[in-house]
Amino acid sequence: MDYTLLLIQVLNGLQLGVLLFLVASGLTLVFGILDFVNLAHGSIYMLGAFVCASLTYALDSYLLAVILALPIIGIIGYVFEVFLARPLYSRDHLDHVLGTFGAILVIDTIAHLIWGPAGIAIPLPNYLDGQIKISENIELPTFRVLIIIVGLLAAFGLLWLVNFTRLGMLIRAGASNRTMVSALGIDIRTLFAIVFAIGATLAGMAGMLIAPITEASLGMGNNVIITAFVVIIVGGIGSVKGALVAALLIGLIDTLGRAFLDDFFKIFMSTAAAENSAPAISSMSIYLIMALILSFKPNGLFPPRLR
Amino acid sequence: MQFIRSPKFFILASLLVFPILFNQIGMSFYLDLATRLCILAIAAVGLNLILGYGGMISFGHAAYLGLGAYAVGIPAHHWLYGGLDFLATTNGFVHILIAIAISGLFALLTGLICLKTKGVYFIMITMAFSQMAYYLFVSIEEYGGDDGLVINTRSEIPLINLDDPIQMFLVSFSSLIFFMWLVHLITKSNFGLILSGIKDNEARMVSLGYNVYFHKLIAFIFSGIICGFAGVLLGNFTTFISPEMIDWSRSGELMFMVILGGVATVMGPLFGAIVFVILEEVLSSITIYWHLPFGLLLITVVLFFRGGLSSLFSK
Repeated sequence: MDYTLLLIQVLNGLQLGVLLFLVASGLTLVFGILDFVNLAHGSIYMLGAFVCASLTYALDSYLLAVILALPIIGIIGYVFEVFLARPLYSRDHLDHVLGTFGAILVIDTIAHLIWGPAGIAIPLPNYLDGQIKISENIELPTFRVLIIIVGLLAAFGLLWLVNFTRLGMLIRAGASNRTMVSALGIDIRTLFAIVFAIGATLAGMAGMLIAPITEASLGMGNNVIITAFVVIIVGGIGSVKGALVAALLIGLIDTLGRAFLDDFFKIFMSTAAAENSAPAISSMSIYLIMALILSFKPNGLFPPRLR
Repeated sequence: MQFIRSPKFFILASLLVFPILFNQIGMSFYLDLATRLCILAIAAVGLNLILGYGGMISFGHAAYLGLGAYAVGIPAHHWLYGGLDFLATTNGFVHILIAIAISGLFALLTGLICLKTKGVYFIMITMAFSQMAYYLFVSIEEYGGDDGLVINTRSEIPLINLDDPIQMFLVSFSSLIFFMWLVHLITKSNFGLILSGIKDNEARMVSLGYNVYFHKLIAFIFSGIICGFAGVLLGNFTTFISPEMIDWSRSGELMFMVILGGVATVMGPLFGAIVFVILEEVLSSITIYWHLPFGLLLITVVLFFRGGLSSLFSK
């Protein structure tokens, strides 16, 4: 087997994994703490990509654009929480699903109106566009390595924030008993809005990181959101740690399945049959894995403690 | 006799008479609209069985519509172009049987896993499985992949010619009436009462000794089969099927119909489908960005207007 190819594909899988984590962590945080289902999370991911694209062209710097776009997406998330999510907290999940489904249609159409139907590519600056030489014949794309590092940093930053800071303590306290926390003089509504904004910022960041590779496009949010759902279902809804493990697992399985499943099938079936069935199976692989895990652990790998 | 004087009867009768009348005076557009409406209403009736009466919020029912439509398209494709001789046919009864078998099987296999879970897990898993069906059809190049599959010949059923728009409409309309009646019977039956009991208080039904999982699974399969049948009609109506039909926003629209119309009512899915189809037509004739007002309307309905349209009629 070609080990360089394997290494590249593992890297791609890790990259997909950390991006999935950035999207899924916001979802799982908002669900675990606010008990709110946000289908429109993928649309915020898409907005992140588009806002970053526009800013890149306006400022002529990808790095500046990202730095400026992050707070913008955070504010969008905050506004979203105040006007749509907050009135729905006391309702059942069905209302969350319908309300945020409406929000998807609205956000996607507005994005269509502003940025048009075609995707927008983001040019990378030269210092990010190159390759890193690992050994004699192995070179890794700098930007992909950067995505993985940034994504992992964000992941551990989030775990640190939730578990070891005063804000995180308040958030966890608010999740287990919001009445008690607000009786102790904490502005629980603002606290929840901040959680929502953090989730949105992470999703937006994922959009900004992937956009230079794929380009910002209208359908991107709706493609990623279902995979993010698979991630948080497998990880256990509400668990940030579960989301991290599941995101890396799903990212690797999806990428490696697409790359190597036909080679694997050729071991025990004819070449033609393998080439016909491999794309179908690999496109379903993450759902099959999800089904398999759920049939043993219906609440995911790391089910959060019951409140 | 009471039924004949009720507004429900009036609505059903107008749905039957007006499209045909309009068609006779040359406005065939309304007949097509009504056919589409009936087909979507059948799917909504199927979804209502589990969402409304059983409390299972499935966000993946467009998958069954797609499976049903592919059950027409794939045999017709092989009939025309060869390959897979055991599948190749234009016989409508075979299409319906395949649709029932496939959608029933898909519901059984996914239901076995979905129904172990509750609440948000259930919503997301049904969604994920329908997306799995979506990607499956995208990846099969023989059936058009992303571009979809043109259905060259409609299903052949003795004495009925589906190429005739009026007969297509009548078949859809009578199927709708049949399934509304059937779901009504189911919900009044022992089985339906158990299902409602599970929706209200699952723990109590378990304590009373009912096999909750089994009852939910049967309802889930049955609901899938109804949507699969609607898919057969949809395939015959549009003569085109693409994975886009399975996309989860389609499932969202089905949910919208059921909930707007009023869950757990006989007429609710039909009202919901009427409102949806009219909204879609009116809004999309005004602007190609019709999703914007539609989304705003959806948010407004969720935030301020609850209970659905059926509550207006039941008084």
